[in-house]
Amino acid sequence: MSRRVVITGQGWVTPLGHDVDAVWSRLLAGDSAVGPVTRFDARAFSTNFAAEVRDFDLARALADTTPHGHAALNTRFALAAAARAWRSAGLACEPGPGFRALPDKAVDPRRMGLYLGSGEGPVDTDAYFRANLAGWKAADRSLDAGAWAEAAYRLMDPRREVEQEPNLCLTHLARAFGCRGPAFNCMTACAASTQAIGEAVEIIRRGDADAMLAGGAHTMIHPLGMTGFIRLTAMSGDRDDPTTAARPFDQTRDGFVMGEGAGVVILEDLAHAKARGAGVLAEVVGYGSSADAFRITDIQPDGRGAQAAMLHCLRQAGINPREPGPDGRPGVHYISAHGTGTKENDRIETIAVKGVFGPLAPKVPFSSVKSMLGHLIQAAGAVELITCVQAIRTGFVPPTMNLRSPDPDCDLDHVPNQARDLRAQGGVGVCLSNSFGFGGQNNTLCIRKFEG
Amino acid sequence: MRRRVVITGIGTATAYGMGKDALWEGLLAGRSTIARLTAFDPSGFRSRFGSEAKEFSAKDFVPKTYRKAVKVMARDTELAVAAARLAVEDAGLVTRGTLPESGGATTYPGPRMACQIGAGLIAAETDELSMALAGSVREGEAGVGGVSMRAWGDGPEGESGMNSLPPLWLLKYLPNMLACHVTIIHGTEGPSNTITCSEASGLLSLGESTRVIERDMADLAFSGSAESKVNHMGLMRLDLAGWLAPTPDDGPASVRPYDPGATGTLVGEAGGILILEELGCAHKRGVGPYCEVAGFGAAQTVGSGPADRAWVDRSGDGLAQAIAAALRDAGTTPDRIDLIVPNGCGVPDLDAAEADALRTVFGERLARIPLLCLPTVLGQSMAGQGAVMTAAAALAIRHQTLPARVHAGTPAPGLLAGAAPSAPAPIREALVCTASLGGQNAAVVLRALP
Repeated sequence: MSRRVVITGQGWVTPLGHDVDAVWSRLLAGDSAVGPVTRFDARAFSTNFAAEVRDFDLARALADTTPHGHAALNTRFALAAAARAWRSAGLACEPGPGFRALPDKAVDPRRMGLYLGSGEGPVDTDAYFRANLAGWKAADRSLDAGAWAEAAYRLMDPRREVEQEPNLCLTHLARAFGCRGPAFNCMTACAASTQAIGEAVEIIRRGDADAMLAGGAHTMIHPLGMTGFIRLTAMSGDRDDPTTAARPFDQTRDGFVMGEGAGVVILEDLAHAKARGAGVLAEVVGYGSSADAFRITDIQPDGRGAQAAMLHCLRQAGINPREPGPDGRPGVHYISAHGTGTKENDRIETIAVKGVFGPLAPKVPFSSVKSMLGHLIQAAGAVELITCVQAIRTGFVPPTMNLRSPDPDCDLDHVPNQARDLRAQGGVGVCLSNSFGFGGQNNTLCIRKFEG
Repeated sequence: MRRRVVITGIGTATAYGMGKDALWEGLLAGRSTIARLTAFDPSGFRSRFGSEAKEFSAKDFVPKTYRKAVKVMARDTELAVAAARLAVEDAGLVTRGTLPESGGATTYPGPRMACQIGAGLIAAETDELSMALAGSVREGEAGVGGVSMRAWGDGPEGESGMNSLPPLWLLKYLPNMLACHVTIIHGTEGPSNTITCSEASGLLSLGESTRVIERDMADLAFSGSAESKVNHMGLMRLDLAGWLAPTPDDGPASVRPYDPGATGTLVGEAGGILILEELGCAHKRGVGPYCEVAGFGAAQTVGSGPADRAWVDRSGDGLAQAIAAALRDAGTTPDRIDLIVPNGCGVPDLDAAEADALRTVFGERLARIPLLCLPTVLGQSMAGQGAVMTAAAALAIRHQTLPARVHAGTPAPGLLAGAAPSAPAPIREALVCTASLGGQNAAVVLRALP
């Protein structure tokens, strides 16, 4: 009998705020976090807006930030999100203002692991650009490696360079929370933190850890990050009205809007959670993973890869997607869409959901919070899973905002423009959360309301 | 009943050349590939020596129809793609990537094949980016790092600023491209992941592939890692992290693991892919596996160093825990391990922790177990390391032979890492293990099959 895995804590740092309940209210109200880029001068960029994290200060989340003085911005987001998750899981921390995790008698640190889908730390653009300028010899149009190296040694701060390594986020979390169990970081682009949570669940199920801190953190709101996606023409270029630029499933959608942030959940073996008297937020009942194996720049037109991820996930959860439950409702009550707002993703994700749920597909609310939060890239999956937990806890599902002109190819129930109260229908018992990575790595999680 | 996982194919792209035979011959001969770097002029760097993969064209390792895609592959991806093809051939598999034009059947259906390939951060090509940035400097505008963001943002398409970069520029440098290209070329539709934990990336990927097969989400996995540190940023970052030994301009230069006088490691580049298969499936198609992946363990080091070296912990507790977990998972004990392939890369902090971990687990017996340290001959390719280490151990088991051990100095007493020629030896179980910059530790136990 495989061990059951539950979520006992959750925390996030998002463009709409940092408190789980407060951000949830804003999502249900349909607030947009999108605005002009303030972190650098992006006025001349064809996409000059993003969903930035505002009012963030690590010192408000952690009492002692000294070991994290040089940590990259994504790692800072992760530390703050994890601190909230730790507290909400009822794990030991110092009383009083300012958070400091303490060793918890009920948890063996060697049995508590980490699995993150953290992105790279943002490039130290100033030093990097200056070194590149110093190395470039315009006269003979070539790079002088010696001049480049001389400038790099002079300008680059070793402490900041190392923090760009994507596994340093694990290092900082381990230090702040004392986790000594199995530790992994994965970078499967937009699917990373969903995959991280899924694999973390499997590690607990197998008995290789009792608890895992899992999730992701990322920011690409910097000159080269924005450049990369602008060149790919993957982002919305709707400069006139950034707040409506993220339009998943809308006929006029023209790309995603960049977001940033972090989401962290505490996963635990159910028996372990019970033994320490922890409250359970939801149970993770399914995880499915697949590869498109199609093309680097395109998605399988029939959505086969996405379907495979959902089907594996549902099979693990013991849910037949084509069979209504005893209450007449589909076996899944809400799907958090990958829903980026790019032409292809939304169209093909819709095809995939139809392929999986058949005639029941139109009956499953299927919305994208990226319409409000933007696309948190590697952190997106973890943050979206937390929205699913909130849907289960409250009985509401969040809307897809900016959906004014429905696309005939995206004709499912996208919960347009208004959150929905499902309490009268019996609330939200089961959710799927989809994340599909650039390059074709697909992942889906299934969570269920916890019932003893 | 636990599904058992075996290694049935090995593909490596290293300075010894392409394929496992080149690797094995090089290891038997104990030939160091460390030389002054040639990919670019290293004279401005403090560390100028390393190991460069033998020249190859990635086009030779992909189907004709995929040759165009090589354009968007970074060096790291090319190493992985070449290694994958070599592994497929070595395993005697037919995949979508090796089907003859006349068609035919693949050995496995796509959905039953997984792909976990560890990677590092891939640095953008300095020449290309420098040229683009230099064209966006505007007199009197401080911009970002001296680059006018206005000029950078709105240059005419194909001519200047960001618009002079190729449209797929970003795609070349995403770490998941190693796995994604391999999934596309060989048609693997099962779970696929990209683990990025510096030196531990390869072994963590191997562990995850093993688990995926164990839990019946696939029957086969492409598993391994690749990375090149032979580029401006790779070399610079590792040096700034304190990982590299300074070298004189004309050598000599060497990697001397566990040597009290060691001052660091030297860069390398390598790719390795192992074909893992469920034992019954391998039997059914009549292939003789190299060995079994009998156990896997992982653990995190909680660093005690100062803020700017937060990951450093010379105690080796984390690595010892990972090794103990792998031994337990394999149902074996320290006295049955015949060969250890550690990281052994000559970085004093890392070596100290590693030696400490090995002493903790193996006690006095450690002095009698040979330690095969690949960085002495192949340099330190970080993520590229794990798969090649595992390949070396699997080959040692297959040939029941210890490869030559190379060491230009003297390792600390009690560690069997000094220079020694290759020799036949009974090798039933081998341990492959590593810590990492970042504190992730991983260990794998390989076991000979009867």
